[in-house]
Amino acid sequence: MRFAIIRFPGTWSDRDCYHALHTVLEQQADILWHRETDLSGYDAVVLPGGFSYGDYLRCGAIARFSPAMEAVMEFAAKGRPVIGICNGFQVLCESGLLPGALMRNDSLQFRCEWVHLRRGGGATPWADSIPQGTVLRVPISHGAGNYYADAPTLTQLEATNRVVFRYCDAAGNPTPAANPNGSLNNIAGIINARGNVLGMMPHPERASEQLTGGADGNRIWESFIRQGLAVFS
Amino acid sequence: MPVDQDALDAVALSRAEYDLLVEQLGREPNEVELGMFGSLWSEHCGYKNSKPLLRLFPTGGDHVLTKIGAENAGAIDIGNGLCAVMKVESHNHPSAIEPFQGAATGVGGIVRDIFAMGAYPVAILDSLRFGPPDDPQNRYLFHGVVGGVGSYGNCLGIPNVGGEVVFSSAYNGNPLVNAMCLGIAETARLQSARATGIGNVMLLVGADTGRDGIHGASGLASRTDPEARFEEMRPAVQVGNPFLEKLLMEACFELASEHGDWIVGLQDLGAAGLTSSVVECCAKGHSGAVLELANVPRREHGMTPYEVMLSESQERMLVIAKADHVGDVKALFQHWELHCEPIGTVTAGNEVVLMDGGVEVGRVPVEIATEPPQYRREGVRPAELAELNAFNLAGLPDLDPAQATATLLRMLALPNISSRRAVYRTYDHQVLNNTVVSPGGDAGVVRVMGAEKGIALATDCSGRLCYLDPYAGAAAAVAEAARNVVCTGAVPVAVTDCLNFGNPEKLDVYYQLEQCVRGIAEACSVFGTPVVSGNVSLYNESAGRSIYPTPVIGMMGILDDVSKHLVAGFGPAGSPVYLLGAGLEQPAESLAGSEYLEAIHGKVAGLPKVDLQAEHRLQQLVLRAHGEGLLASAHDCSDGGLAVTVAESAILGGRGFEGSAALHGRLDAALFGEAQGRIVVSLLPDAFRQGGGAARLEDLARELGVPVTRLGVTSEGDAFTLGPISTSVTALGEAFETAI
Repeated sequence: MRFAIIRFPGTWSDRDCYHALHTVLEQQADILWHRETDLSGYDAVVLPGGFSYGDYLRCGAIARFSPAMEAVMEFAAKGRPVIGICNGFQVLCESGLLPGALMRNDSLQFRCEWVHLRRGGGATPWADSIPQGTVLRVPISHGAGNYYADAPTLTQLEATNRVVFRYCDAAGNPTPAANPNGSLNNIAGIINARGNVLGMMPHPERASEQLTGGADGNRIWESFIRQGLAVFS
Repeated sequence: MPVDQDALDAVALSRAEYDLLVEQLGREPNEVELGMFGSLWSEHCGYKNSKPLLRLFPTGGDHVLTKIGAENAGAIDIGNGLCAVMKVESHNHPSAIEPFQGAATGVGGIVRDIFAMGAYPVAILDSLRFGPPDDPQNRYLFHGVVGGVGSYGNCLGIPNVGGEVVFSSAYNGNPLVNAMCLGIAETARLQSARATGIGNVMLLVGADTGRDGIHGASGLASRTDPEARFEEMRPAVQVGNPFLEKLLMEACFELASEHGDWIVGLQDLGAAGLTSSVVECCAKGHSGAVLELANVPRREHGMTPYEVMLSESQERMLVIAKADHVGDVKALFQHWELHCEPIGTVTAGNEVVLMDGGVEVGRVPVEIATEPPQYRREGVRPAELAELNAFNLAGLPDLDPAQATATLLRMLALPNISSRRAVYRTYDHQVLNNTVVSPGGDAGVVRVMGAEKGIALATDCSGRLCYLDPYAGAAAAVAEAARNVVCTGAVPVAVTDCLNFGNPEKLDVYYQLEQCVRGIAEACSVFGTPVVSGNVSLYNESAGRSIYPTPVIGMMGILDDVSKHLVAGFGPAGSPVYLLGAGLEQPAESLAGSEYLEAIHGKVAGLPKVDLQAEHRLQQLVLRAHGEGLLASAHDCSDGGLAVTVAESAILGGRGFEGSAALHGRLDAALFGEAQGRIVVSLLPDAFRQGGGAARLEDLARELGVPVTRLGVTSEGDAFTLGPISTSVTALGEAFETAI
């Protein structure tokens, strides 16, 4: 598989995504500057975490006007896979590829810690090989991960099985205590109606090796890699 | 130009220093020249009070690649063609005035020092000290500083892997904010901060220059100001833009690592801004420069040459480019959407000449500017020490065994002992995917990407011990920092230090400074850890009272195989637990300067003792035992003494503990005394390895001459017993996690 990792000014998990995909999982990956508009030749697009444009104005609000985002919108419209992690999730919401918004954490503080996520929701290349109810241990690192959508949107998200990851305890229960940021319905990651676009606040690329704390994040990348292999082979 | 006292006060020069300057120049300096000399002759830039003492440090070694003080940071060869670059720096005075921005720009400054060397910054540590947290002003400073450290580092994407938070009334009104940074570079691509090659071009890159931070070096950092002036001094604190610094960092790293042949020097703009970076680069390159100030991109209209030369606007770098690669360098910075303007040219003369729109406005001889007068004083031992050192600790009532459990719970909940999770979870400690041991243990450990190696980092200093005995206290700070690094399985290799003291013109403060420097020098010699970089912050006092002498030690250690690191939490159930080093029975004197003595008896007294040779043998024992695969955990026994150390290992490891050792002598000293040179280890149960680990540990200890005491064994359950202490790990954990 060949991944395009988009680097906006201020992005910092571009290197981590590259490390997880290229060094650990032995995939092809390129880091593309945000002025790049040619995504032909890539099987998937990664919008990594960081502080694009310093998160000034509003997280992701400026990055969504980057030239690369027009190409990403087209790429997504063709049903091709896009994943937005942390700041990338915020960019996806700002650009309208995903509904809702990420507000400041209810603690009003930045939070960097390991959390548990429970796989739920419908079909998406990013999680199809992860059985429903599976609990993954993955870190978060954000100051604005508090997912919000208005009531009709939230009802629709739930009714159409688009909540793919929820914050939960180690046993898989989505309790208030397991919610690190105040997200509605403990939402950690959602997909678009078609399922090809996933946005999530936790960082799967940081959970790629036992040495640095755990490798559950690879389940997400591997889900797509395996599915892709099935399609292309 | 006749100079009045106000003008000299503004640049913090004494009349005698001014007269010396006039004599050396052969004329009166004009206004801009005076501002430049004032900054360069300040303690902050010129180290005029500390330099003669700093020469006492051991600074050399086969693996040391830089000369101390010659570059922006110290570089240490770590093999594989790579080097580690590190430094610690203070931002105390700005943080006292504006805690969030003061601390944020402290992080920004130290990170620039690292990437100025051509290294990529891979870890930050922050060593923080405040007055007691029950005072609202101290809480304001604490939250502001922690917020500032987090906001800048998180935005840059550099993990914060450790540090300290200490509370003491000695820091009321004068918090200490010391930030340390580690970077990794290919040794062949290390950069130097020098201006060489006549005709080469000085490029100013990054932020525009504004009126912020003027007199930061000479004013804020080099004298004592009354708190009443803090409001009016707030404009002297710079405002940080971490987003811009992130771009600058990426651009400079790309320049140094891929196009090092385009440039001859790279230098950050820190204290005294353009003045110090240009003059210091010329000093190092044995050259001069002609600057055209009209070319300096500005944030504001109408700035004078004085303001341009002394602005401490953040996020700026000076690139000295080869004349035929100026276009290439400009294009590289433009790709990163950054300004890059030629502001000067390297010349043969040994003078920095300032032009403003083609008109000469100043001329500064480099040699005079970089060789300020140096002061060597005869320190006087503080008068109060005699009584404090002679305090009869044995006269204190011993701890009632019935109170032992409650006392341990109380100790764990003290602001100086409790978990720092509330702080470090607001810092990104994982970005870059290298963090192997996160904050919360003895030292942070980061993997060196592309090698099997790891680097362990810790900062330490007990101000209380340094106050009671500056020599022993400073030696103990080095010993503890080395011990912390050893507790991860790493071999200590180098030190960076941040010397935080009061006003050196007071002879008792000078005594503290000198004795601390001697203590550090001695300890670094014993451990074989040269001082490779550092910073001095003097004039730390508030309401006429000096802070505790606080020489913060940043220690770096190397693990050859990072996958074989040690942690502080106990190993599996059934692991035998040992105390290595000085034994269980301790005299009352071991309570000297301890947390227990201050928290329970309200006293800071006694005479701390340190035995560096014993300490060194202890560290060798841990490293050898770990090398043979005997150990499951190791945890430094320091603040709070043995009971706190064992409790922390139980909490971190999620294991119960059954103590079997009998306690003799004074109970308070055995449980909470702070005898130096001790480490608590748990051994892998014999089921996990061939043969008897405990017997082998005891053999090794005998060979090295280190006392060992079996304390007990870890258990599956929640119960925790140690002498008269009987409680649960859950209860200990709750006490530990709730304080700050």
